[in-house]
This record gives sequence, structure tokens and C-alpha cells, in this order.
Amino acid sequence: MPTLRLLVNGTEHVLDDIDPSMPLLWIIRDNLSLAGTKFGCGGGFCGACTVHVDGNPVRSCSVPVASVVNRDITTIEGLASTNGTLHPLQEAWIEHDVPQCGYCQTGQIMTAAGLLSKNPTPSDADVDRAMAGNLCRCGTYNRIRQAIHTAARKGGKS
Amino acid sequence: MNDQYLRNIIRDVETELGIHQAKRMPRRSFVKLTGLAGGGLVLAFNLGETGSSLIAQTGDSTFAPNAFIRISPDGSILVYSKNPEIGQGIKTSLPMIVAEELDANWADVVVQQSPINQALYGRQAAGGSRSIPANWDQLRLAGANARIMLVTAAAQEWGVPATDCETEMSEVIHPHSKRRLGYGELANKASRLPVPDQNTVSLKERKDWKLLGTRVTGVDNHALVTGQPLFGIDQKVPGMFYATYDKCPATGGSVRSANLDEIRLLPGVKDAFILEGTGQVTELMPGVAIVAESTWAAFSAKRHLRVVWDETEASKDSWSGSVERARELSTQQGVETVVSSGNVEEAFSNAETILEGFYSYPFLSHATLEPQNTTAWYRDGSVEIWAPTQTPQRGISNAAKILGITEDRVTLHQTRVGGGFGRRLMNDSVCEAVAISKKFGAPIKLQWTREDDMAHDFYRVGGFHGLRGSFNKEGQLTAWQDHFVTFSADGKNPVSGGNISESEFPAPLVDNFDLTQTMLPLGTPCGPWRAPRSNGIAFAVQCFIHELAVAAGRDHLEFILDIMGQPRWLDPGNSRALNTGRAADVIKLAAEKAEWGRRLPKGGGLGLAFHFSHAGHIAEVAEVSVDDNRKITIHRVTVAADVGPIINLSGAENQCQGAVIDGLSTTLGLGLSIENGRVQESNFDQYPILRIGNAPKVDVHFIQSEHAPTGLGEPALPPIAPAVCNALFVATGHRVRELPLSKEGFSV
Repeated sequence: MPTLRLLVNGTEHVLDDIDPSMPLLWIIRDNLSLAGTKFGCGGGFCGACTVHVDGNPVRSCSVPVASVVNRDITTIEGLASTNGTLHPLQEAWIEHDVPQCGYCQTGQIMTAAGLLSKNPTPSDADVDRAMAGNLCRCGTYNRIRQAIHTAARKGGKS
Repeated sequence: MNDQYLRNIIRDVETELGIHQAKRMPRRSFVKLTGLAGGGLVLAFNLGETGSSLIAQTGDSTFAPNAFIRISPDGSILVYSKNPEIGQGIKTSLPMIVAEELDANWADVVVQQSPINQALYGRQAAGGSRSIPANWDQLRLAGANARIMLVTAAAQEWGVPATDCETEMSEVIHPHSKRRLGYGELANKASRLPVPDQNTVSLKERKDWKLLGTRVTGVDNHALVTGQPLFGIDQKVPGMFYATYDKCPATGGSVRSANLDEIRLLPGVKDAFILEGTGQVTELMPGVAIVAESTWAAFSAKRHLRVVWDETEASKDSWSGSVERARELSTQQGVETVVSSGNVEEAFSNAETILEGFYSYPFLSHATLEPQNTTAWYRDGSVEIWAPTQTPQRGISNAAKILGITEDRVTLHQTRVGGGFGRRLMNDSVCEAVAISKKFGAPIKLQWTREDDMAHDFYRVGGFHGLRGSFNKEGQLTAWQDHFVTFSADGKNPVSGGNISESEFPAPLVDNFDLTQTMLPLGTPCGPWRAPRSNGIAFAVQCFIHELAVAAGRDHLEFILDIMGQPRWLDPGNSRALNTGRAADVIKLAAEKAEWGRRLPKGGGLGLAFHFSHAGHIAEVAEVSVDDNRKITIHRVTVAADVGPIINLSGAENQCQGAVIDGLSTTLGLGLSIENGRVQESNFDQYPILRIGNAPKVDVHFIQSEHAPTGLGEPALPPIAPAVCNALFVATGHRVRELPLSKEGFSV
């Protein structure tokens, strides 16, 4: 099996003996030990596995790793700045006390970050459209909306 | 099928307190452990005969007055949270109770999940909305006890009477001399003091609370939003392999043969083998384990697995068959009488009007977003387990039984839990993981796929109510009859979550009341699902009350308040019973906040429902509109709740909002079809959890009554289905008696 080079959160990883059809999700979790990207459904239905590829939110459970070689991959662990300053969305998520079980929230934040990078002042309808692919089993949607608007007011991008 | 075990789980989660909750103080709650090395003082809770085991000796100048609190000389205050965090916010709210009585500055508090230790902490579990009421007294005493010792230490330091000292924000203060000492500065001295007599420990009055009732954000929030490895699925141990486990899709089937040789040759696969299991669905059912070098290798190999199942003993359940049978039965009296009072037939013969309605609700999956998983490492006759479980103590005994070892050889680490809802009261994935690790001879992480998770749940049982009710010329409710059709695994008792109480509302409030029951056979395993029983019964009961109100030409709000009558406890002396005054108060508050009585444009309606469960009184009003294509919009939901004083206002609101959204999911589109013993739905494309665009704004209002606090994980869920269906009737004139609404062509 081939050797792959992956650029994740600004660091290049050289991975030997990788099944090229393996979803990016499992490379991130099992090989790179970055646990913030979650497994929820394996079919792209729930959004818990959302990461950015070249700045766009994708469902990493449904992306073969071979298709993202030499692309710029960002996971939740790479969303804050390198000095530890949180992304405004992460700050807003804490302030609004969004999480219940918390399992879906990294995926929610990654999708929301993709939204704010393209639309810094989204309406409720924009939020609903952008976030439609992310399930929250605990039902924290009211607070997710509020947190996104708060982060947008504070400038959106980190 | 181990049905007794499952019924016991519900009994267990609901009766720890007993129905008569003890209001008195525990008699001498702390004992000093003597003969320890080192200078620190260590106390354990006195829990009767089991309370004698030791807790870890800190051995330095840390002040460790009991199993919950560690105060370091640097001023940091470590508080242990004893129960699993499953999204109910308990890891924040339990330590808040300690911190209030300790008079700690919350900014100084660091929270850690406690070890599993029955002797030190008593029962450690998440279920039954019970963590707050069951631990309220214990945790207040833990904080108050430590505070007294810190005051004593300061008073001795200053040579003043302890009664002249006060505490605030992690400091002892002597107001007269304006001297202050921080708790950290007092830790060493306090650690050498005797434990105060618990009978002299006084607790704060509610008016003096500073922290309780405020908004406190979750203690794990920062770790959550930065993706730290908190959950069961995130655990890794050195040399770990990855496993899957395949069971018969019809519960009860066993393995006749499997293509193991072929599987073992697949890339990354280390081994594949059959486990016979115990035949107990709550433990280890027969199946095929695949162990591989990665999760993906294990999942990929599982897709090539071909198992020939022996289905002689397997479930042949059919949901469509059950619906048909229940409908036939509903017009007759049930086989057993659950409760009978007055004379229903006579009341019916004198009635102005008699109404009939057949209500049904389907099976549901818990669908926790974190699929079931457990990491286990069996070696040298012992096992270490990392598991997202709601019942870690049961997990330990389950694992010991499977491995044939004693419980002292089982270590279970509590992880954060990616959704519970009752699913993780069972430790089946723990049993599977320890068995696989033992057989394979290395640490493994067992990971279920979403499809495994939906195929092997302990489902919310479906149910049917054949209802008849009557009112007199004055429009007053005179009689109520319910033939409840449910399911049984053993032919004797209803399955877990499928029973109905003889005091189920409105039984105690109607003079003539008949509740009978018939049980259909079932092989599918069932278990507690958020607000067990109530999550289905409330739909039938609260919709039928609305039907009666409408038929009697009365306002629903006024009709239901009339049923409640004078304020009183329905079980006098039981503070966890329904109180009609508390009920009426939340009903009136929900109506007021939702502006009950206002007229809505064509196609719109307000719907009201009340339900009492888990000692919580909750009323909800839903505002909906429906277009000509039966497309529903839920505009707003208003919740009014009385669960006594609120511990964490932020967490409490979140629980109510989440329960409403969860209940809306089930109301609108969730239901399982079961045919030939197999659940037909396998992933979220067929099991449509509500998405953000369809989630209404949920306004939450609390009546913070003077009763002892009760739990809030569950009771806000049951009223939403009837509130929505009642609103739909107002909006359209169409009465829905079958859930989910998608069955009748409604969509969102």
C-alpha cells in the first residue's frame, strides 16, 4: 500500500502503508490521534466528522484519504490560533454554554467556521441552510444559532 | 431474554430515593479514618456497613475533608463529580452544590470526574433524572463540613471565636479586625482538625445562595470546543487493536457458521472468531468478532463477513402485525385490570357524550450520536475498561461475570458520554469488549457502526391506548377508560418501559376510572428511553383530554385546570408525587407566557399539554401553522416548569430546550418498523433526527418553588408531542392519534 503525504493543521504527515480508500476521518482519529473529529454515522448524514479541506467544510467520513493529498486540511484542533487564542466561534460556544453531551459540537463549529469565512453576517436562514447537515441529538439548536450570531458580531474569523 | 434485568434497571433508576424522599439529614455523614500515614486528614462518607474502605491518602498539606473536596495550599479547590456526564450537565451542577455550601469562589474550582467507588460515593449512575435529588443533601453537607473546618482553622490562627468569622469567595473573614485568610492558606491547618459533629453543621438558607440558581457554563466546555479526547470513543492505550462485533439482526439468533478464514486474510485483520456469549441481551449475545489494525480495516472486513445465523430462537417480531392486532383488541376490555374505581359503565350510560380514540406510538431507537464503544485491556486475570456508560458500577459487575473474575479485578474509568437517553444504562458493549480482549490477548477498542447501533438497541417500546371518556351536561369529565395494549417478553410482565402505573394521570382525579392492559408477545429488547412510559403515555392522555374539552365546548386551559381541582398532593406525604397546585401553576404560567387565547391566522394554532414525571411538573404550549400540503412549521414552544429551586440556570434551560427538540423529533418523524425480528431502519437517512432549520425557538420559564430540587433530564420531554398535536387540531381540525406525524403525510 502506498505512502501518503497529508497536510493537517499546517503540519505535514507522512503515512506509510495506507489504504487509499480509507476515509479521512479514520486517518485523523486513528493515525494522527486527533480525537476532536467525531464518528457519528459513516454516511455523511450527521456532520460530526466535519473538517475543512482548502477552507471548505467536508464530511471526513465520506472522503477517501487519497483524494485530499496535498490539500490544506484543518481539524477542530487547528481552528484556534497557534498561540492558543480561540476562534470567535469557540469563544461564543463557551459563552452561550451550547454543549449538552458535546459530541457533535466540534463538527458544528467547523461547519459554522466555514459559513462565517464566506458570509461574515449570516441571517437565521443562512445559518439554518449552512448548518442543515449537522445533527445535534441533544437539541442545542437554539444556542447554536445564538453562538454563531455572537461570533459573527465579534468578527467571525480568527 | 433477561427481561427481568431490564425491568430492574427502570425500577433501579426510579426508586433509589424511595417515593418518600428523605428530607432529614443523614445521621453522621462523615467518619474519620484513623491510622493513616502522612499529615493529611482524610474522611470517608459513612455509608453504613460499606463505608469503611479508605480513600487515597494525599499525604501532604492538601485539605481533603471528604471524598469530594481537595483544597491545595495554592488555593485551588478540586471538587469531584461522582456521576456520569451524559449531556445532562451534572459535572457542573453537582460541584456547584458543594461550592455553594463551601462558599468557594467558583473561579477557584477545578472539577474532575471521580473514580468509581461505591464505598466512598454510594451509587454512581445517570438515570431517572435523579442525580440532583439523590445527592443534594450529601453534597451540601460535604461543602458545609469543609467550610466549618476552614473557619475553625482561621479562628484558631487569629485567636478569635469561630462564631465571629464569616466566609465568602474562598476566604475566611474576621469582620471586626478586617482580617482575611484564603482557603489555600488554611489548608494545612484545617487538615489537622477534627471533623465537626454533623449534627452541628447548619446549611445555608436559600436566600443566602450566591452560586445556585445563577448561569454557570459547563466545566468541560473549553475542552469540548477544542476537541480534547473526553469521550469513550477517544480513548487509546498502547498496543491497542480495533474490533467490531457482528450479531444476528434478529435478536436471539446464534452463529451457525461464518467465513472466518476468508476474513482473516483481509488487509489489516489480525483475527476473527466466534463468541458463544451468555445468551443474555444485556450481556453478551452470540456473534463474530473481527480484530484489526485500524477501525477502518475492521469495518471494511465486516462488510465481507458472511454469517449463517441459526434463527430458531430468534425474534420474529412484526410491527405491522402488532398494530393490526392492537387495533382489533382496542375495542374490547383488556386481559388484566390495572386499576378500577367508581363505575365507568354507569357513568357512560348517564353521560352527555362519550368519546372514543385509538392512539398509537412506535418503537424508537436512542440513536446516541456517539455509537456504542468500549476500550478494554484484559491481562493477568484483571481488566481495565474505558467506557461511556450511564451505569459504571453495573459495568464492573457485568464485566466480572463475563470474565469469571471478581469485581476487585475490574477497573472501569468513567469517560464523558456522547449521549445517554437511557441507552447506556446497559453495558452490552462493555461485555463484548472485555470478552474480545480476553480471547484476543491484547487491548482492543470495540467500535460499533451506526448500523450496529440502530440494529441492536434496547428500544423505546411502542404502545396503544384504546380510550373512552365521557362528560356530563356541565361539560365536566365523568369517566375515563383506557385499554392499554403493550408488550411482554415473558408473558407475565410488560417489557421495560412498557408498563403503566395505577396512579397514572388522570386516574386519581376522575371518579370513574378503568385501566386495563393486554400484552402482545415480543422478542425485541426494550429499555428505558428518556422519560420512560411518560414519553408515550403523555401523548395519548393529553391529546384525549383536549378531545374531550373540544367536544364539551370548553376551553382546554380551563378544562384541564378544572380536572386538577383544589391544590393538594395526590399521594399525601410523598413529596415526589403530583401536586395539583404545582400543576395548575405551571399550566397557567405556560398559558400566560404563550398568550393563550390569542387568535392566529388561518392554518395556525396553539396547543397545550401538561405532564408530570420524575417529580417534575411541566406544561408546554406549542405554536404551529400548517399549509395546504400538510407542511408544518413549529414557530415557538413555551415551557413552564416547577422542579423546585434551579441549581444551574443555564444548564436547566438547556435541558428543557433539548427535551423539547428531542420530543419534536419523535413527534414529527421518528419511528422504527420491525419485520421478521429485524429493525428496518439503519442510519440517519431513515431515522430523521430534527435538524436546525426545523427547530423552533423554545422559551423556558421556571417556578422556583420551595420544594426540594428534582431532576430535569427527562420531564420536559413528554408534554411536547401532545402540545403539538393539540395545536395541529386547532390549526386544521384534524385529530392525529398516531405518531409520528409523517405517517399521516405531515412534514416539516
